[in-house]
Amino acid sequence: MIELIVLIMLATLCLGGALGVVASRNVAYATICLLVALLAVAGIYVILLSEFLALVQVLIYGGAVTIVLLFALMLTRAHELEGRQDNRQRPVAACASLLVFGAIAFSAYANEQAMAEERVRTTLKTLGTELFSSWLIPFEMAGLILLIVLLGVVIITHREELR
Amino acid sequence: MSLFHFQLISAALFSIGMYGVLARRNAVLILLAIELMLNAVSINFVATAAFLDPQNFMGQVVALFVIALAAAEIGLALAIILRLHRHRSSVNIEEINLLKG
Repeated sequence: MIELIVLIMLATLCLGGALGVVASRNVAYATICLLVALLAVAGIYVILLSEFLALVQVLIYGGAVTIVLLFALMLTRAHELEGRQDNRQRPVAACASLLVFGAIAFSAYANEQAMAEERVRTTLKTLGTELFSSWLIPFEMAGLILLIVLLGVVIITHREELR
Repeated sequence: MSLFHFQLISAALFSIGMYGVLARRNAVLILLAIELMLNAVSINFVATAAFLDPQNFMGQVVALFVIALAAAEIGLALAIILRLHRHRSSVNIEEINLLKG
């Protein structure tokens, strides 16, 4: 019961933050709302008994991604667009996303399955063993992708200076 | 507390993110909305794995990969946006229409 109350609070925080992201006119406020939503998602991971994932979420999204986004907003001087952040497709976009929400919610409701009785808490050891045994090649691929992205970002942002 | 609750949260987060992608004009704000959609998918993966197959941690591993690739994606996208801003001094995607048919 208490889990459900905490879940409802976290869901309110998360969806409120998400609405702030898409409705706010000030881009800095939108970024702060994104931070709130992502931290609430970390709380949802804790309810699902995956603490390591919550830790990674707070570290990467709460720390790195938000700071990088704020830097980008500062460097692109996005306040020039202030007051008119939405385009003309807004009513169509609202209808389309409501339709998608209805479709997903209906199919989830119609296909409810029998759930496993006991829930297992993931320890870091089991998760690490899984990651470095059956997921080793995808893990290395992710490392390679991060390296390529690092090089690509440096080249894209500094090409003029290289010439 | 059942799987349906988590699926409902995930669906709501996904559709809010989709609205943001469709309705915003600032490229950086579209990136924020994409992050929301990625998080919705991660919640769905983790909740489904936790409720339907608790012995197996596949959902969590997939969510870890989603986080890593989202970090890569956001870095690259911001580099491209900075580049665009330097060329056209605008991050309004309606003005970036050279490839429009």
